[in-house]
Amino acid sequence: MKKIYYVIGGLLGATLLYMGCNRAAGLNTNGALASSAAEKVYVAPGEQDEFYAFLSGGYSGNLTVYGLPSGRMFKEIPVFSQFPTSGYGYSEETKPMLNTSFGFIPWDDLHHPDISQTNGELDGRWVFVNGNNTPRIARISLETFETEEIIEIPNSAGNHSSAFITENTEYVIAGTRFAVPVPQRDMPINEYKGNFKGALSFISVDAETGRLDLKFQVIMPGFNYDLSHPGRGKSHGWHFFSTYNTEEANSLMEVNSSQNDKDFIAAINWQKIEEFVDNGGGTKMATNYAHNVYSHETHMGTSTMKNEVITVDPTQVEGAVFFLPTPKSPHGCDVDPSGEYIIGSGKLSADLTVHSFTKMLAAIEAEKFDGEAYGIPILSFDDVMAGVVKSGGLGPLHTEFDANGNAYTTFFISSEVVKWRLETWDVVDRKPTFYSVGHLMIPGGNSRKPFGKYVVAMNKITKDRYLPTGPELEHSAQIYDISGEKMELLYDFPTHGEPHYAAGCPAELLASKSKKIYRLDENKHPYAVTNPSEAKVERNGNEVHVYMSTIRSHFTPDNIEGIKVGDKVYFHITNHEQDFDVPHGFSIIGQNTSELLIMPGQTKTSVWEPKQVGVWPFYCTDFCSALHQEMQGYVRVSPANSNIELSWSLGE
Amino acid sequence: MDKQVGPSGLLINSQIKMKKASLLMMLGSALLLGLFFFPLWNIELGAPQYPEPLGLNIHINGLQGQSEFDIQNIDGLNHYIGMKTLPKPEDMWEFSVFPIVIGGMAALGLLMGLLGFFNKIGYPWFFGWFVVMTILGFLGMYDFNAWMVDYGTNLDPNAIMKLQNPDGTPMSYKPPLLGHKKMLNFDAYSYPRLGAYLMLVGMLLTLVAGYIGMTKKRVETKKIIKKTLATN
Repeated sequence: MKKIYYVIGGLLGATLLYMGCNRAAGLNTNGALASSAAEKVYVAPGEQDEFYAFLSGGYSGNLTVYGLPSGRMFKEIPVFSQFPTSGYGYSEETKPMLNTSFGFIPWDDLHHPDISQTNGELDGRWVFVNGNNTPRIARISLETFETEEIIEIPNSAGNHSSAFITENTEYVIAGTRFAVPVPQRDMPINEYKGNFKGALSFISVDAETGRLDLKFQVIMPGFNYDLSHPGRGKSHGWHFFSTYNTEEANSLMEVNSSQNDKDFIAAINWQKIEEFVDNGGGTKMATNYAHNVYSHETHMGTSTMKNEVITVDPTQVEGAVFFLPTPKSPHGCDVDPSGEYIIGSGKLSADLTVHSFTKMLAAIEAEKFDGEAYGIPILSFDDVMAGVVKSGGLGPLHTEFDANGNAYTTFFISSEVVKWRLETWDVVDRKPTFYSVGHLMIPGGNSRKPFGKYVVAMNKITKDRYLPTGPELEHSAQIYDISGEKMELLYDFPTHGEPHYAAGCPAELLASKSKKIYRLDENKHPYAVTNPSEAKVERNGNEVHVYMSTIRSHFTPDNIEGIKVGDKVYFHITNHEQDFDVPHGFSIIGQNTSELLIMPGQTKTSVWEPKQVGVWPFYCTDFCSALHQEMQGYVRVSPANSNIELSWSLGE
Repeated sequence: MDKQVGPSGLLINSQIKMKKASLLMMLGSALLLGLFFFPLWNIELGAPQYPEPLGLNIHINGLQGQSEFDIQNIDGLNHYIGMKTLPKPEDMWEFSVFPIVIGGMAALGLLMGLLGFFNKIGYPWFFGWFVVMTILGFLGMYDFNAWMVDYGTNLDPNAIMKLQNPDGTPMSYKPPLLGHKKMLNFDAYSYPRLGAYLMLVGMLLTLVAGYIGMTKKRVETKKIIKKTLATN
């Protein structure tokens, strides 16, 4: 009996010892990692981050700005969604920004930011983003970090293979994910096949102003154009789109769109099509779409409806469009920094397919076609393929690059980032993500000049990574150090909305040119007050315009009488501060919109429709100074039939 | 025969060249003109919430913000403590008189240098100029300080914030004439700027000019006396 005890005791002891060793070893490595990882992401108080990161907000409709490596969020830039924090989409000036051919749309699903480039390198002038649901492209200034322009995309639905820019920002490219009747019409859904179309839009970008113009749409067969990336370097002038549902199914798509062993990557020679259009090619199609432009001089957005678009039948332009067979419903379609390799991530497989641009050109030259689809030549798979990455993972989605010939691919199903070598196609390293990663981002990782120090993985599932907050959780991003041979997980940080893609760039590209104030002497808002002595109240029927100015810490005027029930009162508020980071806010009881947050030198307008007689206060919502609490005023609202004259004052 | 040299100063003067001294005199007084291009003085106000300090450049013809909107922003802060807004050029006689004084002294110095160059006047004039300029400089500093005392203590009785020293006297917000002073949450720094440095170097040069002139005169006078004695 004793023997048995000894044996058991010995075994237990050995087990404990073994576990102890294991734990100690684990602790040691973790400990060492933890301290160096902490140092790598720690940005001391008062210090600034090394990179900007622009993370899409997905269904928040907005774009968020982060610092790397700290993962600190700096700003949420309202783009496609109303934003009560600043009054975007609520103020009279910004409502036109959300106008579409469907009327005012207060929301969208923002997926893919892309920073402007010159010669294939990030130049930090603008960031472009797509609205997926009601197809739109927006341009955001990287001086003001505000949305300056939104253009609606007609003939498109599920604007997903967007907003990717060519290497000199000649075009921002927007492809439709959902095939639809073009032009839209009343027809049976099950007649999709052969009748629905996929419009790929080429929106030119003015080199000086950034102004967008829908130059032409290539009307492709009714596949789903999922993602895209521009050619660069040697492949500049081409654009590559991944497709799925080449089956052209219209129902139970998760099964019916997954039947073909191979779908396509569509290679579009946009320079050829541009030339075709410049020489009068293409068909003018009647349509209807909104083009919204915000001016930082008038501080006002204007919406213009356009009613024509040039469409191009791809079979009419010889040598412009080809299909590259790519296995298993490819999702990501990424181009390496040299422009030679086009990576298709068959999202239902384990492997990545890499096409060679050089081989593609040779196959086109030799006319090595393997049939055609709707008159578009299909190149033979074996003739264009450069290699296959046997990843060992499952569900590859997106690939980014460093400057040393390495590629980094996310795997949704196996929840990991895999590092592999271009040309040898060997897997070098793999690290788990927590959990189910979608896109990843290396600053400049989608350009000719990547800054391969960190990769940020944006995960779709958060679960237990943070303290629980009920059923709804923010998503989670993870930052890895990729400066060595092996990747090292440094840090987790929660993200806002659902980040899809992101774009990043070195901080010095933007920090020094970030605007601090708007100049009051350049304010051309028609209702601006440039001197407090010009503050006034004007009545025009039941419309009342209050020309109001603010400075620490009072409104001019702050007492207004003679307003009546049933009036429509426009508060036009100009912030007279010319000091960095001194906004003033404006809110009034019973305001049916949102507050206004007015930057120095800016004018914003809020409409208030008083419904009740009384004396109603308004106040500044931004803690602007030690006297912020005193920054308040009153509006006297009299009955509709009252004879009280309009009057206004300050300090009387 | 008696020597006819000593008392005949004119004769000696006309024989002693002060070219180097005169050129220095001209250069020194010309450096005053730098005040028309560069600030004389600067007052900087830094605080936790002003990591980039607000600053005031004092020129002889008016005030300028160190950054474009600093004057407006300093006034904005000063209104809490009831300080008057910073003066525009037309608000202070100094801003019209100082340029005349500086311009006049520079012109006078140049003229003296020129006359010295052609042996029309001697080195004592250079010293004279220096003395006058020094007196004017001290007057200017006195006036500047008086202005700051007025601005820092002559406050609006209805000021938003009326602060007192521990002894119960109203707090003064006069920036230091030279150096650093802590005022509430602000660190005030008051230092000369390029215009003042050019002026100081210029004045030093005129002093050197006078000294060179003086030394030369002594040496040359001795030589002449020796020569005269020898020939006699």
